[in-house]
Amino acid sequence: MRAQDLVARAQRWSKEQPWRLFGSQIFILVRNEVRRNLFTRRRIWIYLLALIPVLIILAHVILDRNEPAGPAQIENDTQVLAGIAQVYYFRLGIFFACMAIFTWLFRGEIVERTLHYQFLAPVRREVLVVGKFLAGAVVATALFETAVLACVFLMYSRFGSAGKAYVFDGPGLGQLGSYLLVTALACLGYGAAFLALSLLFKNPIIPGVVMMGWETIAPIFPAWAQRLSVAFYLKQLCPVSLPIRGPMAIFTIVPEPISPFIAVLGLLCLTIAILALSCFLIHRMEITYTAE
Amino acid sequence: MTSRAHQIVFENVSKFYGEVLGVNKVSFSLGPGITSLVGPNGSGKTTLMNLLTGLIRPSQGAIYVLGLTPQQPIEFFRQVGYCTQFDSFPPGTNGYDFIYWPLRLHGFGRDQAAKLTSEALERAGMAQVARRKVAGYSKGMRQRIRLAQAIAHHPSVLVLDEPLNGLDPMARAESIALFETIAKQGMHVIISSHILEEVDRISDRVVLMSSGYVVAEGQIREVRREVHDHPTQILVRCSNAARLAAAAFELDHVVEAKILNDGHGVLVRTRDAEQFYLLLNKIVSGGLVEVDAVAPADDDVNSIYQYLIGSDGGPA
Repeated sequence: MRAQDLVARAQRWSKEQPWRLFGSQIFILVRNEVRRNLFTRRRIWIYLLALIPVLIILAHVILDRNEPAGPAQIENDTQVLAGIAQVYYFRLGIFFACMAIFTWLFRGEIVERTLHYQFLAPVRREVLVVGKFLAGAVVATALFETAVLACVFLMYSRFGSAGKAYVFDGPGLGQLGSYLLVTALACLGYGAAFLALSLLFKNPIIPGVVMMGWETIAPIFPAWAQRLSVAFYLKQLCPVSLPIRGPMAIFTIVPEPISPFIAVLGLLCLTIAILALSCFLIHRMEITYTAE
Repeated sequence: MTSRAHQIVFENVSKFYGEVLGVNKVSFSLGPGITSLVGPNGSGKTTLMNLLTGLIRPSQGAIYVLGLTPQQPIEFFRQVGYCTQFDSFPPGTNGYDFIYWPLRLHGFGRDQAAKLTSEALERAGMAQVARRKVAGYSKGMRQRIRLAQAIAHHPSVLVLDEPLNGLDPMARAESIALFETIAKQGMHVIISSHILEEVDRISDRVVLMSSGYVVAEGQIREVRREVHDHPTQILVRCSNAARLAAAAFELDHVVEAKILNDGHGVLVRTRDAEQFYLLLNKIVSGGLVEVDAVAPADDDVNSIYQYLIGSDGGPA
């Protein structure tokens, strides 16, 4: 077949089936983005961020292997695991990893002066945003879900049959499911926010720090304001509640709990709204590398 | 609308970067063939090309490429290929992937994209080194791989920003031949270059730019005719240069007639070339002078550029 015929055939196909074209473009964008930017040596510190608790728990398993492992100890370790998940992963680890991964999706291409290749491809800019977002989400979710799984496995494996019973016959499996769900939602929520910030600001670090501050102090604001933070929805879905300690405890306003369904839906709606904002922002974007 | 569907149209386009002028009130239409954008650095050539391809948006005015705008990216970038001046590449990519994956984004299947990639690499003379990392390419190779990517999907409009930069003479000649072949197929080829002699030879028309303004636009001879203030230079190789020079001086419109150092020709500067050619015919038919060759000596872009903006159009 002649080259001109191939071109004509591809044009016909994309006109007749635009949604299939969008789907295939998103798949290619995700594939290229993951290979090119995310699984590289430059990203090692993000992997470390995810693996630090795993290494700490591993050390705990090795060092405390001769300690008694009764039900009280399981209860205690469950609280420790809740602290690792809720304080470290959901507040810090996923937050900073998403900041690094998602702000680099567009800013990285501006720094490397390669964004014009994306803008010169026959791809709608909304599709570009969705493709890049999904690439970031795939990497962040895979990384942190693996880390959470490893934490749970290590934490309960040292208890032998009691640990196995806690996971498979007790509340363990449900807790694990909740943590995995919250991890995925945290990656989506923070990812969408950082993607939008990278399109709004040349240097998204400062707004990122402001966002960190907001996520931290949101609990002292009225319930309606708390709903504008990602942490609000994540907290509603966490299977083990942690007591509020420190000076924040005095000012914290505990909102009415919302159902898990509303929490998931709320966070997904927040993510979609922020992505829609990113789609709007990308249309205003111009290639002026010298001005960056 | 019909003309818009077949032309590249700039309608009163201006672009400002804050308070800095990029281009101002640009209006013209371009048909198929090779068009050269000529002007010194900072004259607005790249801005015009970036506006044309949607990398930047006009502050005012509108641009249509074959009736399409970059707001319709799928249809638009099927028709347009742009080889930019940015000498940067996705990290870790090789020549083959650099062309193959954008083709997949066009909607070509694996085999189709592979076939078009091989064809583009062949046309750009890069087939032998396609599997090597682009980071290891020479400047000329990087230029050619970008050109290969721009032509791989067989666009109708090819925009080339300084496409001859960094190419050795052989590659330069091959690239020029490629542009000419593409233009002969009825495509629009828009080239910006500082190498005036080369674009002069291959261009069907020129757009001369200075400080963000289009100072002249059209076929090189038409543009030359617009430059009434500057006499046309005509070189005549002949047997009796002194007699021809004397005859030429009798005409009011001839401002200079200089006998060449070898004595076998005259360089005439005239404000009315047509009248001079009539005189020349008379002299030749009268048998006073035997003429070997007659050629305009300043009918090229460089001369026109010097006349129009008092610069040679080279790098500032």
